[in-house]
Amino acid sequence: MVPFAYTSVSDPLAAIERAGGGTGVEYIAGGTDMLQLLQEGVRAPLELVDINGIGFDDVSVAIDGVRIGAMARLADVADDPVIRERFPALAEALHESASPQVRNMATMAGNLLQRTRCLYFRDVTMPCNKRAPGSGCAALGGQNRVNAILGNSAQCIAAYPGDLAVALIAADAELMVRGPTGERTILAENLHQLPGDTPHVETVLKPGDLITAIWIPIAAAGRRSHYLKVRDRATFEWALASAAVSAAFDDDQVLEARIAVGGVGTKPWRLRHVEELLTGQRLDRALAREAGERAADGASPHEHNAFKVPLLKKTVERALLRIAGLQGDEA
Amino acid sequence: MNVQLKVIGQPVSRVDGPQKVSGDARYAAEFDVPDLLHAAMVLSTVPAGSIASIDAEAARRAPGVYAVISHENAPRLPYAPMSKRPQVDAQSGDQLRVFQDPTIHFNGQPVAVVVAETLEQAVHAADLVKIAYTQAKGDTSFETWRSREPSRGNEKAGRPADTQIGEADGAFAAAPVKVEAQYVQAREHHNAIELHATIAAWDGDHLTLYDKTQWPDNDRDEIAHVFGIPKESIRVVCPFVGGAFGSALRTWPHVTVAALAARAVQRPVRVEINRRQAYTAVGFRPHTEQRVALGAERDGTLTAVIQEAFGQVAKYEEYAEVTLDPARNTYACPNVRTRYRLVEMNTNSPCPMRSPGVATGMLALETAMDELAVALGMDPIELRLKNYAERDQHKDLPWSSKELRACYRVGAERFGWDRRQPEPRSMRHNGHLVGFGMATAAYPAHRSKATVEATLFSDGTALLRTAGSDMGPGTYTSMTQVAAEALGLPVERVRFELGDTDMPYAPVHGGSITMASIGTAVQAACQALLDDLAGVLRSHPDERLKALAAGEFEWRDGGLAPAGGRAVVPYGELLADLHLSRIAAEGQSAPGNESKTHSSSAFGAVFAEVHVDLDFGTVRVHRLVGAYDIGRVVNPKTARSQCIGGLVGGIGMALLEKTEWDSRFGKPMNANLAEYLIPVCADVRELDVTFVPSDDTIFNPLGVKGVAELGLSGVAAAIGNAVYHATGRRMRDFPILPERLLV
Repeated sequence: MVPFAYTSVSDPLAAIERAGGGTGVEYIAGGTDMLQLLQEGVRAPLELVDINGIGFDDVSVAIDGVRIGAMARLADVADDPVIRERFPALAEALHESASPQVRNMATMAGNLLQRTRCLYFRDVTMPCNKRAPGSGCAALGGQNRVNAILGNSAQCIAAYPGDLAVALIAADAELMVRGPTGERTILAENLHQLPGDTPHVETVLKPGDLITAIWIPIAAAGRRSHYLKVRDRATFEWALASAAVSAAFDDDQVLEARIAVGGVGTKPWRLRHVEELLTGQRLDRALAREAGERAADGASPHEHNAFKVPLLKKTVERALLRIAGLQGDEA
Repeated sequence: MNVQLKVIGQPVSRVDGPQKVSGDARYAAEFDVPDLLHAAMVLSTVPAGSIASIDAEAARRAPGVYAVISHENAPRLPYAPMSKRPQVDAQSGDQLRVFQDPTIHFNGQPVAVVVAETLEQAVHAADLVKIAYTQAKGDTSFETWRSREPSRGNEKAGRPADTQIGEADGAFAAAPVKVEAQYVQAREHHNAIELHATIAAWDGDHLTLYDKTQWPDNDRDEIAHVFGIPKESIRVVCPFVGGAFGSALRTWPHVTVAALAARAVQRPVRVEINRRQAYTAVGFRPHTEQRVALGAERDGTLTAVIQEAFGQVAKYEEYAEVTLDPARNTYACPNVRTRYRLVEMNTNSPCPMRSPGVATGMLALETAMDELAVALGMDPIELRLKNYAERDQHKDLPWSSKELRACYRVGAERFGWDRRQPEPRSMRHNGHLVGFGMATAAYPAHRSKATVEATLFSDGTALLRTAGSDMGPGTYTSMTQVAAEALGLPVERVRFELGDTDMPYAPVHGGSITMASIGTAVQAACQALLDDLAGVLRSHPDERLKALAAGEFEWRDGGLAPAGGRAVVPYGELLADLHLSRIAAEGQSAPGNESKTHSSSAFGAVFAEVHVDLDFGTVRVHRLVGAYDIGRVVNPKTARSQCIGGLVGGIGMALLEKTEWDSRFGKPMNANLAEYLIPVCADVRELDVTFVPSDDTIFNPLGVKGVAELGLSGVAAAIGNAVYHATGRRMRDFPILPERLLV
């Protein structure tokens, strides 16, 4: 751990000014990932700006959608009655994230920005293009069981680990961002970037940018949705594969669908071609199976994660069966 | 022993419970030592070669730093050989000698230490130490073609290269029914919640070590040899251990680091390894690959047992296991052959981890027995009963006690084994495949020499002391019960203390020997004390006092109970009359002839119900039932807790625990509790533990056999066998990860 300065602010504009002024200044909110990264020396900011006092932590319902404060704790949003009733996939994704203790601390925006669990990113003695650009990717040819099968590049195969971001894509969510130059809106889907040749650049956020809220349009509430997460142990683990599915039906015909998957991509992964496959069709077992079969199109697995290909297919199929009312409980 | 036991056998809650839940229990890293400095170790980042140069300039200049110590400036330590290697150490080779030369034996080896005013300063400065290496080509892959026989030291310690009874290969070839397969047990790490820590404080030539250890006396002995100082100059203090599972049996390099750093800076120094360091700075359960071949008659009678194992060892010393003990004595069979080989690697040394060797060997043997039952079309319990070992055929001795038949029967009843439909894939629930599986559990029972001091005070309370350890099984509580029983006192009036080398000698707190060793010494010490007290009374000039102990009497209800139903004279009154503030005696117990006339072991039968989702390859353990023969049960509550802990550990061994080793770098990559998976609460559902009636007074006067190691034995095999029953797919590579079922 490298010594750093610490500032606590209650005014969001002051926070943005502080963090936008130069390099090496980072926000800390719930800290559930940041502390691990600091302790392991993966991140070494010059200054941490503690934004726990800035507010932005409520859930408010409007006529055209729901606004979730970026600083709201995962546990509070997961248990919010409106979220549970209108956006079940979102509530499920939050409930399946981490542990109760972590959910009590972790914030919504912080969760979106959590870093990869790639074993080589987390071990500072190892080469890693994401942590130390140009040092190489040790996950290639290494222990890459948890790594990505979609969106890989020659420089990086680190999987995006979170659940919430996946569920938000399926809900057409938008992120309110305030930065040094003003306020803007980003589609949740567009927050993360592919690794390409610059795996250290993970999002479209710029220094000082602060996510202030998550907006979920009311249209998503009219759909049936489900978040299905598969992992080695029953809880407290990142997804080996997960699927957020959301669809509007006319009887059993799919009017429109959103499918996003997690644990498998270098970023939260939207399956547009599967959505198109479903649109206008009757969602029965055969179609769910066909959709599942297409879920891993373009996958580039490595030595230890080839199992994610069949796993992803089954995960998408099962999640679709669930919203079609054709599947019982999970393991 | 006395059949009207009052305290032994009662489910007494932990006497140290209030201390533990209130934070009052003091662990090694927590002692408040004045002028304490903090240390952070620097570990090697290559698996083999040597240190070319160390640039410690930036670290030395960093704020708060007192010293940076490496082989370049560390004092040469004597590392005097111990005349007899303690059983917790590797049996040949040289222990890692810290900071004595530039050689790198493994990735993650302690190569330097930084001492600073605060922990954060030390950790930061440790990052600033730049080390250049001359790399050598190490052996970082588990390659069985490089295997070799164990050394003579291990041969003598019961880890022989080859054993044979009868002619196993011929019998196997001729057997009408046979199974043969290979099994893999992954490298596992103890991951106790309390991290290893040592505070070293010198006072002139006298050294005090507050250390996490399962054996304070040996800790002292080893450091005395390392530094070449008399052991009387060292005191080791360790009243509480926050879990260890074998990781604190031996004295690891960081203990030496703490002591040498404290001497260098002339201040007390604390070394606490962090979670990532715990994967290389201490030991682990070795990766082991096995082959089992079983031959049988069509009625299930075993005619051949062949088990071969390749275990992982370090380059610099040789820790070997009793992996093949189960093959030699679990079942009756006239033809048994075992073969044990070791694969040297550039790794830190493995060490005992709960049920060392036995859990590994049992995993392969009990899976193979299930495969044989399938090949025979026979019920797995019936097959085991058919080959019931009435005696230990390897040692050619009778068992001192064995209630394994009762374990099978009681376990099967409680589990509902009769509801099992033998055909695989024939049971379903909520769309999932359901499987029932079982396995035998066993762990040999041993005891060692132990000494306990008992003191009775004039206020009618008693104190027992020994230099033992309590890593969590409840030693404080069970020993308090044994003493209370022997002295006829309620548990509230007995205090038991351990964890200090100023106390009488105690053996290692491992191998499940503590109750049979220290428990019997507690009994002996209490008896010696009461005999002394009776002697003092009998020889007393006061006729009244003399008369009390002259005739028949009993020690009960807090004092001396004369014959004829007269009132009990309380201990306090006796001591007051004798003008004594206290009376003390020492008691010792040691193994007798019983190990030459009998073989002793704890036994059990484990049953598992799993639900498998074949779409995802996920296995969830819905129920585990264990029925155990542990001899007399001193405390059913703490004994049960040990067994359910073993069952939970078994879920990890079967389904989760695995070191992700990168053979290019020779390093465990998932070195933290987020990626090295152990069961969480949601993975643990119904656990049922029963103890069958048993009392082994041949083995020791308390009739106990030991619990801890037994609790892990057989569990993973029972789960794997249940997975086979659920799916019809035989899993031989452990843990059973989703990808193995998805293939």
